[in-house]
Formats: sequence, structure tokens, C-alpha cells
Amino acid sequence: MHNLTIAEQIKGLRNKDFSSLELTQHYLNRINDSELNAFISVTSNQALSQAKEADKKIANGKSSSLTGIPYAHKDIFCTKGVKTTAGSKMLDSFISPYDATLTNKLNAENMVMLGKTNMDEFAMGSSNENSYFGPVQNPWDTEKVPGGSSGGSAAAVAARISPFATGTDTGGSIRQPASLCGITGLKPTYGRISRYGMIAYASSLDQAGPLTRTAEDAAIVLNAMAGFDTNDSTSANKSVPDYTQCLKNSVNGLKIGLPKEYFSDGLDKGVEKVVMQSIKEYESMGAKVQEVSLPNTIHAIPAYYIVAPCECSSNLSRFDGVKYGYRCEDPRDLNDLYLRSRSEGFGDEVKRRIMIGTYALSAGYYDAYYLKAQKVRQLISEDFKKAFKDVDVIMSPVSPSAAFDLGSVKDPVSMYLADIYTLSVNLAGLPGMSIPAGFSDNLPVGLQLIGNHWSEELLLNTAHQFQMRTDWHNYSPADR
Amino acid sequence: MTWETVIGLEIHSQLKTKSKIFSGASTSFGSKANTQACAVDLGFPGVLPVLNQEAVKMALRFGLSVNATINKNSIFARKNYFYPDLPKGYQISQFEIPIVGNGAIDITLDSGENKMVGITRAHLEEDAGKSIHDLYDDYTAIDLNRAGTPLLEIVSEPDMSSAQEAVAYAKKIHALVQYIDICDGNMQEGSFRCDANVSVRKKGAKLGTRAELKNINSFKFLEKAINLEVDRQIDILEEGGSVIQETRLYDSIKNETRSMRSKEEANDYRYFPDPDLLPVAISDELLIEIKKELPELPTEKKLRFVEKLELSSYDAEVLTSQKEVADYFEIMINQGADAKLSANWVMGELSAALNKNQLEISDSPISANELSKLLSRITDNTISGKIAKDVFKLMWDGNGSVDEIIEKQGLKQVTDSSAIESIIDDVIANNPDQVQQYKDGNSKLLGFFVGQVMKASQGKANPKQVNEILNEKLS
Repeated sequence: MHNLTIAEQIKGLRNKDFSSLELTQHYLNRINDSELNAFISVTSNQALSQAKEADKKIANGKSSSLTGIPYAHKDIFCTKGVKTTAGSKMLDSFISPYDATLTNKLNAENMVMLGKTNMDEFAMGSSNENSYFGPVQNPWDTEKVPGGSSGGSAAAVAARISPFATGTDTGGSIRQPASLCGITGLKPTYGRISRYGMIAYASSLDQAGPLTRTAEDAAIVLNAMAGFDTNDSTSANKSVPDYTQCLKNSVNGLKIGLPKEYFSDGLDKGVEKVVMQSIKEYESMGAKVQEVSLPNTIHAIPAYYIVAPCECSSNLSRFDGVKYGYRCEDPRDLNDLYLRSRSEGFGDEVKRRIMIGTYALSAGYYDAYYLKAQKVRQLISEDFKKAFKDVDVIMSPVSPSAAFDLGSVKDPVSMYLADIYTLSVNLAGLPGMSIPAGFSDNLPVGLQLIGNHWSEELLLNTAHQFQMRTDWHNYSPADR
Repeated sequence: MTWETVIGLEIHSQLKTKSKIFSGASTSFGSKANTQACAVDLGFPGVLPVLNQEAVKMALRFGLSVNATINKNSIFARKNYFYPDLPKGYQISQFEIPIVGNGAIDITLDSGENKMVGITRAHLEEDAGKSIHDLYDDYTAIDLNRAGTPLLEIVSEPDMSSAQEAVAYAKKIHALVQYIDICDGNMQEGSFRCDANVSVRKKGAKLGTRAELKNINSFKFLEKAINLEVDRQIDILEEGGSVIQETRLYDSIKNETRSMRSKEEANDYRYFPDPDLLPVAISDELLIEIKKELPELPTEKKLRFVEKLELSSYDAEVLTSQKEVADYFEIMINQGADAKLSANWVMGELSAALNKNQLEISDSPISANELSKLLSRITDNTISGKIAKDVFKLMWDGNGSVDEIIEKQGLKQVTDSSAIESIIDDVIANNPDQVQQYKDGNSKLLGFFVGQVMKASQGKANPKQVNEILNEKLS
């Protein structure tokens, strides 16, 4: 059952080939047998009762298409009554009193939550090594990182211990782990999916999205995830199309842009080869390829590592040991309470970014850092705007290399530099995808698809057409 | 040496919205601690603010009533600092672009002259919770009911040059926010709070270093705190010292101000635009709609009282300085009471009785309807103005309605000319010397005769008739 896509599972449930309870139990068993550390919490009892409920709905003909489909929820989304940790010691025992909007939406479909997935602490990281709950292993090679910050989600889908997982992408946190784990990841346009109840890292960049095996599955679940939310002022009051209806258009004549700045010296040759082969595949399907320029790409990393830390330094102020979450033992006074609760409760990378952000927002530095970074952001947006006058979709690598060894990247700046191809998309608020495109040294490599604002349909179809012609997305770590 | 005082005020006016500025929780005052705060107010992980449009409309009402520029796209910013009653670790406020820009308001000085005070800006922000330090010995208690309550912070130009002017301005704003129904003005409950920026300088010199006075919750304390601070600064300067920029807390019990924190100790708030909120877009349509809904403003009302009701400028100012007083007065006018007479009674008898009993006009035991009835008994000659004062006292003490009291106490005015004539005849007969003096030209003695007649009639004789008949008989 675990080799079935969501589209196939939906048929299976409808045809009574299996029940949601059987499907759920099957995945729970697989999770139980897995040693990837992809989950922080496994909610077996709740999952089984949700599955029974789903089976009832299906029997009564009151089901929606996703009813009874299991999924794994990134542990950054608040779930009422279930621990929500954001991968941090700070929230090790935090139980949310409310459900995130996304949680509500998936509940409304009677989907079955298997558990909460591991992640870099507060979504800060590109390797999942920054989790208080330990690193996640890449299912293709357990010595390798799965990518981050949605590392647990990506590993779970790749290892087929969940058919679908939610993720969040602030600077590549859906696309990069999807690429490193050989699955399909979609970061929609900023504002497409509500952020309410999604623990904030950098509010102007954070965007939820699905991690699935196929583009078709991504379209199916995006239908349930997307939409305006009155609780999130930054969510777009824009109707949600049926994303599955766009998956039949030919890519003949599609104009693909390759940003020359994304194919530079830092790109691993094996990755480049895979990417160029995929582009050829598109050409063979009738797409037209041309070079485009995104000249401000070199400024993306510094701009991102100002904007994101600035916002996080403020967003994470609420974790102060006063109301909920970790509190140090026997605080002497208020200052001591703040100092030790935060020093002990946050990990190194989180503290590093809080300090960078606090510094950059300080009196006298604001103009030089935050304001300038916002201007760079504008320039990056304009680069894309210009490029999308000439092309429909931009294609590029997702990450400069395939999955690297756990523990091998010790210098935070080297880790930051690896985000070069994904950050700009967040800074510009654009949708981006990673789809499995091949292998380099037996490790999966993703192809990044970047579209204009609100072009999810185009991206999903472009990805789907590729997956109709290739079977990289069907490879399983178990086949190795 | 002569010193000049420069004062600017920052007024925090709590807006009367039903729910909080960024959440749906209730804003009602006095509930059990921490029962009026939802996940958003408590700053739970993942929550997001959603701007209450009512708060925006109220800010616009204020802006339009002080002829201020309205910023069509104002920005919410985060003011970052750690404090236990600030659940998110930042306050959502407006910094660079407030919703209300430059405006002005006229205040009336004790001299009767008008002075224009500039309003620099007014911005929307959320209130913090309350820290209660005296509830437990070893702990500080936190009540987050107030967290997220909408505030309009109204910042004046440093246009006031005395404590009296500052109070006049504060009272004017206090009246205005109640007129336009955006704030209940309750200073005890903290719905209307003033911070004063005070500095002194030699006449004509550039601005001196200022101190900010906080924790002032009445107009009386505002005046006292400013005067104390002015004296303190002048003393320092006259002794050759220099004033340091700091925040000072006013202690109403000890009647002193003391340093709270200096500029060096001040927080670096690290303001930046709140990425969770979009710019507040104000359409022309909305502005037109709000302008239409604005009630008559105090200055407009005052003008109408002078022009239509022929009140003096002074009377009109006093009557319009508080919305409740103006409302009370207008009910009387609508009942047909004479305007000048009503003004005299509201500002005289009623105001004195309220002051004596420390009551607000809204708590007056005599309603506007009853008072206008009383005045109608003067104008229809049932009783004299003097008797009316006695009736007023009896009404105040709850002895019944106007007519019941007049009836029961037999206070009805004597308007029967023959009855009055007979009293006058007695008085003339009993005071032959005075009659002679009067006839010899001491016209001042008319008052004496009137007094004697009124006394003899126990105040019930119609004074107008008494005058007429006396004049006749003595000529």
C-alpha cells in the first residue's frame, strides 16, 4: 500500500480495496520500524480513531477525496492537544491549546495525522541537524542529511512511511529536503496557505506547502491546503482553483529560462548534469529553452540572512520562560529568568540568528542592514519580473550538491551558502518546486521550477508532464 | 531670571471597541484576571494579529475632528522589549507612518483667549497587560486582560507654556474623545492617560533638555506634576547644573516626581514594520463616510450656542467643555427652557451642588427634564427665582417633583395685586422715615422696601409686581 501514490490510495479507499484503518495501521507499523528519526511525535491512538471516523464517512458517502488519507505534519504546525515543539527544547513539552488553520483544513477533510515530523529548530537550518530531537537520516543513505528544515517530512515521504507530509519553506526548507530525498516539494506563492498556527520563523518569508511523491499528489493536497484565512492578514483573498484540473496541458512551446547566475562555479558537476538532462527532456517535449539573467542573485544570501534573522529575533521574543515552554530552574530575578530560559532553551543556530537580527535592528544599524536588505529584496523581485516577461518557467538546480554527510558541514556560513538557489524565491514571494530529476553518486537530485506569482497550476502541470515521461519520482530507497 | 516652560503631552486614549485591536477577545474592564485574553493576546506560538477595523474608524474620527492629515497607508511596527506583561516580547504600534498626521485644536485659556495647540500625530497601538507587584510577597502577578486593548496615542507639539495650558489642552482632548464617542474618558480606570514632556529655557533660547513625566491619572495631578517638575528644573539650572533627559514617575501620595530611567538606560526598541500586518489602506470613500457620521464637535456646538442661543462665549465654552454637560443643557433647551436661564442654573446651582457632593452630572439626582420644569415654574411666575433655589434643594434631597414640592410647601408665588398691595401698604405705613428719605431722593432705598415686602410675603410675592406697585405707591 505504501508504494501507492495518494491518487491511487484515494481510488483504493473508494473501491474498498482497503480501509483507512488498514492504511493507517500499515503506515504506523512502517513508522514504528523506521530508524530515520523522521518523527518527533507519533500519534497512533489519535490516528487510528481518525481513521475509523474516516471509514465511517466513506461508508456513509460523506467523504471528500482526501478522507482517510494519512499524512505527517511538520512539528511547526500547532495541533490542539498534541505536543508542538518546532524542534526545540524550548517547546519540548508545549501542547497547543488551538489548531493551526492548516491543521483545521486537513481535519475538515478527515485526513489522518500519523504524527509530527522532525525539523531544524524553529525551521532554521538546511540539514535537520539543528533539531533538539536529533538529526534525521536520509533514507537513501543513512550517513547523509535529509536536508532541512523540513527534513523529517521529506525523509518520511521518501521512505514511504507517510504518503504526504506538510512542510514550511522560508528559504528553501521544502524544496531543498525534497531535492535531497528525491521527492516532490512545492512552496506556493506567499499568501496561498494560511500561516495562522504555524510557528513563525520569518513572517514575510514563511510559507507552508506539501511534500509528496508526485506533482499530481501535490495538486490533490494543495486543493485542501490553500485558501484565504481571516486569521492571517497576509493570506491572499484569492479563489483557489482545482489544481488537479490543470495537469493535462502539453508543455509544447513552454518557454523555459535558465538563470546564468545559477549555473556557476559552486555547482556540483553531477548535479549540473542531472539538471541539464532534465532540461533536455523538456526540450524533447517541445519546450523552448533560453538563458535569463537574475543579476542580483549574489545579494540574495546577505539580504536573506538579514531579513530572516531580524524577523526571527522579534518572533522568538515570546519564548521568554514566562507563559509557556521551557523555564530555567530557580530564577533569581526577572533578568535571570529571561537569560537562562532563553540560553538553555534555544540551540546554537537559533541563538546565532536571534543575535544577528537583534544587532541588525539596533539603533544606528537599521538603515544600513534591514532597510538595505529590503531594497535588495525589491531588486531581486524586479529581476524575476523582468525574466518572466521572456519566459514562463525558470528552471535551475535546487541545491549546489546532493545530500552531504551528517556532521560534515561545521561552519554555519558554508551551510548558508548552499541556500543560494532557493532563497531568492522566498525573498520575491514566488512559488517554487523541486521534483526528482535523477541521481548523482546514487543520491537523488532535484530540479527546481520557479514560476511567477500565483502560477501554481503552471508549475504543477509542468512538473506532472515531466513525471509522465520520466520515472525518477517512482524510485524508492527500498529498491537500492 | 525669567524662565519659559515648554510642555508637550502624549495622551493614551483607550478606544471603546468591543473587542481588542488584534483579536476577538472582549475589552470590558474589571473582569477576573486573565479571563479576557485569547491565544492571540497571550502571544501563543503561531498566532497572528488581525486589525480591528472599528479601531481604525475611531482613529479616523479623531483625525478628522482635529483637521489632521490622514495617512492613506499607515504602517504597524513592532516595538521590541522584554517585560512579563508584554506577552509577545513586542508591542504592535505605529512608528514611521502613523494613521493620523498633523492636526491642531483650539484651547481656551483662563484669560478667555484662544490658543491653537498643534497635534503632531496620533497612532494606533495595543496596550500591554498589567503587572501587579503588591498582591504577593515574593511574586509579581500578571493580568493580561488589558493586553491588546486598542489605544490611540495622541502626541501634541510642545506648544504649551504652563501647567494650566497643559491641563486645558488635556481637558479639551478628553472632551473631544468623548464627544466623538471613541473613548469613555475614565481616568481612574486608565482609559485616558497623560504623559507630559516638560522642559524649561531662558526666554527665546533653544529648547532645553526635557523630562518625561509618567503615571498621571487626573488633571489635578497633571497640573501638580508639571509645576513640580518646572520648579525642579529651574532650581537645577539656577544652581548651574544641567537637566538630564529621563523618564520620571509622578507619585501623587508624596507629591513628588522621581527618576524612573535615564536616556542611557532606555530600551533600544528596534522598531521595524510588522510583517504580519499589511499597510492600513484608507479609501476616500471611508473618509467621506466617517466624516458624515461625525457628531457636532465642541467648537461647532459652542458657536451654535453663541449664535443661535445668544449665550456669552464664556457660558458656551463652559457648557460645551464636557459632553455630558452639553447634553444635559440641550435636553433642557429641547424641553423649552430659556437658554440663558438654563445656562445660569446649570453653571450655578447645579454645578455647585454637584461639586459639593463630588458627583458627575451624569449622576445628578435632578434630571435635565426636572430642572427644566423647575425653570418653567419661574418663567410662568408660579415661583420666584429665589424660591426656586429652595425648591431645587428639596428636589436634590429627594422630596418629590417640582410641582409636588411647590404645592406641599405652599410656595406658590403671590401674583394677586391686591394681596401684594396690602402688604406694601403695611410696609409703607410701618416705615415712615424711610419713605420720607426715599421721597427726598435716596432712590437706593427701593431695595429696602422690596426686601421688606418679600420678607413679609415669605418670599412668595412676585418680585416684578412688587417693584411696579412700590414704584407707583412711592412716587
